[in-house]
Amino acid sequence: MTAGVSIELKGIAKTYAGGVQALKPTDLAVARGETLVFLGPSGCGKTTCLRLIAGLEMPDPNGSLSFDGEDVTRTEIEDRNVGMVFQSYALFPNMSVAENIGYGLKVRKIAPAERDRRVREMLALCGIEALSERAIDQLSGGQRQRVALARAVAIRPRVLLLDEPLTALDAALRERLRGELDQLLRSLGITSIYVTHDQAEAMALGDRIVVMRQGAIAQIGAPRDIYFRPASRFVAEFVGAANVLSGEVRDGSLHLEGGKLALAGTGVGHDRSLMVMLRPESIRLIAPDQAVWRGRISAVSFLGDRQRVTVTGAAAQPVTVEPGNDLELAIGDLVGLDPAPGSLVVIPKETDSA
Amino acid sequence: MRRRLPFMLALSLTLLTAMFLVVPALMSMLAGVTSVYARGISSGLTTEWIIEVWRLYADTIWRSILIALLTLLATLLIGVPVAYAFVVNPSRFTRILDEIMTLPLAVPGLAVALAMLQLYGGFTDFRRSSLFIVAGHVVFTLPFMVRAVAATLSAVDIRTLEEGAASLGARPLRRFLDIVVPAAMPGILAGSLMVVTLSIGEFNLTWMLHTPLTKTLPVGLADSYASMRLEIASAYTLVFFIMIMPLLIAMQIAARANAGKEALP
Repeated sequence: MTAGVSIELKGIAKTYAGGVQALKPTDLAVARGETLVFLGPSGCGKTTCLRLIAGLEMPDPNGSLSFDGEDVTRTEIEDRNVGMVFQSYALFPNMSVAENIGYGLKVRKIAPAERDRRVREMLALCGIEALSERAIDQLSGGQRQRVALARAVAIRPRVLLLDEPLTALDAALRERLRGELDQLLRSLGITSIYVTHDQAEAMALGDRIVVMRQGAIAQIGAPRDIYFRPASRFVAEFVGAANVLSGEVRDGSLHLEGGKLALAGTGVGHDRSLMVMLRPESIRLIAPDQAVWRGRISAVSFLGDRQRVTVTGAAAQPVTVEPGNDLELAIGDLVGLDPAPGSLVVIPKETDSA
Repeated sequence: MRRRLPFMLALSLTLLTAMFLVVPALMSMLAGVTSVYARGISSGLTTEWIIEVWRLYADTIWRSILIALLTLLATLLIGVPVAYAFVVNPSRFTRILDEIMTLPLAVPGLAVALAMLQLYGGFTDFRRSSLFIVAGHVVFTLPFMVRAVAATLSAVDIRTLEEGAASLGARPLRRFLDIVVPAAMPGILAGSLMVVTLSIGEFNLTWMLHTPLTKTLPVGLADSYASMRLEIASAYTLVFFIMIMPLLIAMQIAARANAGKEALP
């Protein structure tokens, strides 16, 4: 099918009537066929950014937006040819499933026979052939989500824009549809922009993730980059559980309350104090006498597939560790902490000021 | 037995109240088909008076229906877009506009009519036509249409539905006809029945605005009460009752269908 277009934002910003700047001037390039995910807490500007690309909002003067080099900054949404999936789905209650999917084709004055053929194709693609004549209020949440997606894709849009399309569903269904959606987006190969506040969703779907904070981009990168090499403390903590530790640097080691961490290979120069990040699953628990970094267990929660252990005394704040589920641990045990090689990430201080 | 006493009391009270309301209406309708009311039913039943009413007042009945339909048309053309604008752009301005629009309901109809006469009295052709009465009825019934439609539109997320349609390429007029009007339909239906019923029964304003050549049904009623024999006035009431009853029942059914729809998730 269509491969979609590349998208380029240059200095795009949005200030609302009340003077609130929802999006600071932003530059961003999206490659043809790429799935880009905007991730961030509510109010970070991710939905504003999506709505600007869709044409549902107009950007402040001076910015420019282009699809495949064609300037669409002032083009109305009706003429942008973008497919949009809303969090509430926005399905038309006065139309059947097939009529909803065919609406965009009808507006484009496509002949009824061709329209029927493409509606059937969409119904098949989304696995909802049996629902074709149903009314919208007779559909479950998951079925509505599929219809909304089919309706957006039916017009063969240049870009597919998805605004938290799975948020309204319960957890189990959300996970299943996430898999389906991922397959569908890959098979269509269409340029997609996906907004979510759920980091697992972002990791699973995105070719690249744009982490946003307070109307600005905090970091752009592939899921692994964002997770393993966060550019700031905010990103580190938003995309997963993180232990952020501060200490003094002496003799090539970071000195903490419960011992020291070797800094070899992190490329750290001669800073006197340092902030580092360690993911809970990258710390191994070992016998205290073999360790150079120790603490005492203050809480253990068994989660089935793993366990979450809180260790105090190792650093200024309690350290969270997620060892395998076969380890027998008790509150009060003295344990040694052993970070996996290369798992220590230095967090630049200056980007943490915000 | 003792437990039945409150029930019997309540039943009697209800029946008494109903009689208090219904008996005079029944008496009046009966009078309309009685040969000589002063001699009672024994004088015999007749349709003579109804035929007489038709001969004397058929034009008022047709005029009332025409005025009601024109009023409905005007309130639909003005009221639906206005209600939509109120729902989509809730601001201080629209709230003030809503208040101003509702004002004629609180001000006595006579005062509104007087103001209209002062303002438009000079436009002789307009003032002498039935359209002058239509204008008065629109002022009086518009808030009912706007309120009914706005209430229905507020219950759906019309803004997002429209954004969905816009993303599929539909322009504003097309979105209004394809998405907004169907979404507002229950409110449009309820509002329409309300407007027609109010227009057919309206007396205050109409009495001030009418000319001898633009009498409506209620004005004709007042005229017949004042100048005709009791049997004719009663037969006239019967005709009015027969006209207005189906509208009132339809209004109840529409209201129930609406309530049922809102109860669904």
